[in-house]
Amino acid sequence: MAYSDKVLDHYENPRNVGMLDKESKNVGTGMVGAPACGDVMRLQIQVNENGIIEDAKFKTYGCGSAIASSSLLTEWVKGKTLEEAQKIKNTDIAEELALPPVKVHCSVLAEDAIRAAVEDFTSKQGK
Amino acid sequence: MKLPIYMDYSATTPVDPRVAEIMCSYLTPDGKFGNPASRSHRFGWDADDAVEESRNQVAALINANPKEIVWTSGATESDNLAIKGAAQFYHRQGKHIVTCKTEHKAVLDTCRQLEREGFAVTYLDPEPSGLIDLAKLEAALRDDTILVSIMHVNNEIGVIQDIAAIGELTRSRKILLHVDAAQSAGKVPIDTETMKIDLLSLSAHKIYGPKGIGALYVRRKPRVRLEAQMHGGGHERGMRSGTLATHQIVGMGEAFRIAREEMASDNARILGLRNRLWSGLSDLEEVYLNGHLEQRTVGNLNVSFAYVEGESLIMALKDIAVSSGSACTSASLEPSYVLRALGREDELAHSSIRFTIGRFTTEEEIDFVVDLVRRQVLRLRELSPLWDMFKEGVDLKSVQWAAH
Repeated sequence: MAYSDKVLDHYENPRNVGMLDKESKNVGTGMVGAPACGDVMRLQIQVNENGIIEDAKFKTYGCGSAIASSSLLTEWVKGKTLEEAQKIKNTDIAEELALPPVKVHCSVLAEDAIRAAVEDFTSKQGK
Repeated sequence: MKLPIYMDYSATTPVDPRVAEIMCSYLTPDGKFGNPASRSHRFGWDADDAVEESRNQVAALINANPKEIVWTSGATESDNLAIKGAAQFYHRQGKHIVTCKTEHKAVLDTCRQLEREGFAVTYLDPEPSGLIDLAKLEAALRDDTILVSIMHVNNEIGVIQDIAAIGELTRSRKILLHVDAAQSAGKVPIDTETMKIDLLSLSAHKIYGPKGIGALYVRRKPRVRLEAQMHGGGHERGMRSGTLATHQIVGMGEAFRIAREEMASDNARILGLRNRLWSGLSDLEEVYLNGHLEQRTVGNLNVSFAYVEGESLIMALKDIAVSSGSACTSASLEPSYVLRALGREDELAHSSIRFTIGRFTTEEEIDFVVDLVRRQVLRLRELSPLWDMFKEGVDLKSVQWAAH
């Protein structure tokens, strides 16, 4: 399978790899996917008092397209409000990375990841 | 050293230059290009001589009579001819077939087709080692069983089944034994007499011969009958019509001759290389060998690197040609059905890499591969949330995953 240059770039030089303190109140963690399906994504966002995502980290178990999708996502969400971040669509990711049809599920997973991370952050604020 | 390095010898092998040279002399106007079925002139006779000499070479490798060799287009066709041909000929004696879940698709899909035609098929589960428990095989045999089809060497994990022991079980019950030997010929000794084999599928391109040619061994004493699947001019004693591809057949014959003469020395050298590869990888954490270590062909190493996904690893190993049992290479979400049948968890089935080495592999290539694989596995684990969880002591089976 031929990968686009953008997928290769993110795969070889992934951005924002790492972990934030998942216990911290201003960190939201989204973990989606399943080992049985061959991909698991963990996306974490750190939100400041103005509701802006000031940092994002990821780790992904999955194919090159899954790694690239999550790496790209961390770049995109930084500096955005929670509301803006939730507007990121899987189609935007698939288009930016020129994912072939069999890899579109990787971008869907990335969209699920940001929603899950925002949801986790929001539920922490409610407590 | 040339990149990428070829380590996918179970998919196919390069043609041995000695084989290619001979093949070329059966194609052009100044070569022996005749139709072996032409009985009225020298061109035909020369081609026929070459075909029969090749038949001798193929028969010699498996201790068979040359008259028991039927040329086909490859092991897939041989499997189809053997299984469908026997089932359709012997269906009045019974309609039950026994095979194993880790067989090649050419056997499994052929059996599925026979099920649609009213046959009953038992698909045995192998042991976690990949080997078949003979007691379970024996228990699966019924009064109406007409055929057992078991591969000699598995294409993914390289394990060697005890065909001679299976042959004892089938022959004493007058059940036919078909063996898919595409991956074993030239690598493991085959003796159709002592192993009590009735039908045996062979391929040329797995042992340094050309693609597009294979053979089916069909026993004469006691005689095995088949319903032809390809009708026409009655070639190959009516079992497989179609003009014989002289140059392909000559290539297969030469490849089998070389295999017979060089199997012992090739195997010794390849085993040394495989041991070097395995000792270079096995001290990494959480690395698992798939399939039995001893009861295995020398060229195969199938390894799961836990917490690393197979396709991303293959992507990282772009300087090596290997194959993965992982999901994405086949564009489906199913991990290797062979590893699943061994009871490997999904994570390990998704993380498997098959290294297969052969006649032209060098020590320098092995060392390059060891170094590259180690570096990339460590890099991808740094990216893997599952590796973090493993390190934190989380049991992945206890996690509620959102399957998609």
